[in-house]
Amino acid sequence: MKKTFKMNELDCANCAAKMEEQIRKLDGVNSVNISFMTQRITIDANDSNFDEIVSKANAICKRIHRHTEIVLN
Amino acid sequence: MTNKQKRELAGIIIGTALFVAALIAAHLIHGVSVWLIIPMFAISYLVLGLPVLIEAAYGLIGRRFMDENFLMSIASIGAICVGELHEAILVMLLYRIGELFQSIAVGKSRASIAELMDMRPDSAVLETDAGEVQVDPEQVRVGDILIVRAGDRIPLDGVVIEGTSSLNTAALTGESIPRDVFVGDEVSAGCINLNGTLRIRAEKEYADSTVSRMLELIEGAAANKSKSEDFITKFARWYTPSVVALVVLLAIIPPLAFGQDWFTWIYRALTFLVISCPCALVISVPLTFFGGIGGAGRKGILIKGSNYMETLAKCDTVVFDKTGTLTKGSFTVTKIIPANESVTEKKVLMYAAACERYSTHPLASCIRHAYGDDRLLEASDFEELAGLGVSANVDGVKVYAGNAVLMQRIGAACTEIDAAGTLIHVSIAEEYLGCIVISDELKSGAHEAVNRLHNELSIKTVMLTGDRHSIAESTAKELGIGQVHAELLPGDKVDCIEKLIDEERSGYKIAFVGDGINDAPVLTRADIGIAMGGLSSDAAIEAADAVIMDDRIEKVPLAIRIAKRTVNIAWQNIVFALAVKLIVLVLGALGYAEMWMALIADVGVCLVAILNAMRAMSITKAN
Repeated sequence: MKKTFKMNELDCANCAAKMEEQIRKLDGVNSVNISFMTQRITIDANDSNFDEIVSKANAICKRIHRHTEIVLN
Repeated sequence: MTNKQKRELAGIIIGTALFVAALIAAHLIHGVSVWLIIPMFAISYLVLGLPVLIEAAYGLIGRRFMDENFLMSIASIGAICVGELHEAILVMLLYRIGELFQSIAVGKSRASIAELMDMRPDSAVLETDAGEVQVDPEQVRVGDILIVRAGDRIPLDGVVIEGTSSLNTAALTGESIPRDVFVGDEVSAGCINLNGTLRIRAEKEYADSTVSRMLELIEGAAANKSKSEDFITKFARWYTPSVVALVVLLAIIPPLAFGQDWFTWIYRALTFLVISCPCALVISVPLTFFGGIGGAGRKGILIKGSNYMETLAKCDTVVFDKTGTLTKGSFTVTKIIPANESVTEKKVLMYAAACERYSTHPLASCIRHAYGDDRLLEASDFEELAGLGVSANVDGVKVYAGNAVLMQRIGAACTEIDAAGTLIHVSIAEEYLGCIVISDELKSGAHEAVNRLHNELSIKTVMLTGDRHSIAESTAKELGIGQVHAELLPGDKVDCIEKLIDEERSGYKIAFVGDGINDAPVLTRADIGIAMGGLSSDAAIEAADAVIMDDRIEKVPLAIRIAKRTVNIAWQNIVFALAVKLIVLVLGALGYAEMWMALIADVGVCLVAILNAMRAMSITKAN
């Protein structure tokens, strides 16, 4: 499944690159792209545990920059 | 400014005021007690530095030792330790100002890019049994009837079922001349209805409509990263750790190995720390490409990724498909050649049109179209002569219109004519009147496109076509295209492109421009495939790497120009940022640069790089 989420307070481009790199290493993630300009993250990952992967990705973002979060609808 | 930025600014102003007050008390007023001055400095340090220190603490908890805040905190605490209190405060102050400026600059560029892509329809007016209802475009289903009033944006791709109007298609095509639409015409989402009210039947769901596909492509374009972006990402990964390693070496080796003063070298090492963030690079290169892609989008040129932008900039050969790309792909009367001076062009056309009056042959309609709305001559006894032409009684005389064989058969003396296209000879009985040349007309911008490629960009041009050699040669000659490959079957075109790619000088690329409907395999095979007329074809958007939304061929050189400029700006930023950092590192190591100077240089580079990147968005200069 491939889905795009908005992100809040994605303020530093270097952080975005780090987040992308670490989320890519998560199990079950096929591809991930963070667009710093549009503040959006697109995650392509396994259907079976997609939600779990997204919440892990969110945790990674928060760890790298504690104000940044993925907006889950 | 956002509220967060305002709070940030307030903190900076208060901190700065305290710092200045402390400086005045310490240096300009005599006799102020040290017990008053020290707390003043301490408070100003805390006001300016505490937010950074707090973030650094979080970084430490998360074991992120390369965190910017953490490194900055080390630098300023280090400065206090070596007795440079002023310096410590300045580092915090400048860092905070730098971050604020950066945040404002990023916010501004985000806003202008959002504005650039402001073609998303907000709502749709749905016609239901209960009257008109305003809904989200995503709720509209195929077949629903929509009302679009003057000034509104068309929410979904559809067909006009009632009303006429002019549309502003600028958001999609970059074209400012309005397009007139009538009942039965297809209209694309994102266009603005300028005058009348239109009733439209939705033909596609919102997600499949032109505008959302276009936005998706532009927004997703960042995923196709260019080589320079990859370079920067990799560079950033080792830049910070290397600088930190240098800091440690610089602080330890000279005092230990050469017995130098510890304080001096620790201070110099700390200078390194303040420029350890690769911000300017990491932010400015993708921003440049994003701006370039957004700016091109505004001109109706869709580039599907930064990597394609880079390839486009490296093109030195542009291969055109002929029919539908350089030419209109529809036949028109391009020339009338009377047999002698006593016959007018009008007369040739008049008899031909009368003769072809009821013929269903496509060429017949061209002739009637060329003749226009004038009254046709009376004609009777029409006869289709299969493989030859037609004949009819016009004004009491027998008129023939057809090929050279027909002329020969009736004994009319038709002259050999060397013209590209299909020839229709006309005669009254055996008296030869002249000949009408019907051919595929060149697009209005074809000359400009080829000229600009040749003269302004020094790019070679090649033409591929399935057409006959003679027609291909004459089209190429008229446009000044250097190389022609004619009579190609669709499969041959791919072979042809492959051969051209093999022959290409290394480091240069080949672009193929086609209409995207028949040319999908060639578009895919070329280094970069540019499809024309994305507004009307989904296949084009799928197969190509870049799409020109309307049919304007002269946008090909513009696209290459935008690409070259964008790549240029990206490299300017890379070189500039690296050079300044290197200079500061050298000066810092030699003891010529103080900490605050290094920081100003670093923040300055970042801001200059962002501003420079924003230039990629404005296309006027490239035009």
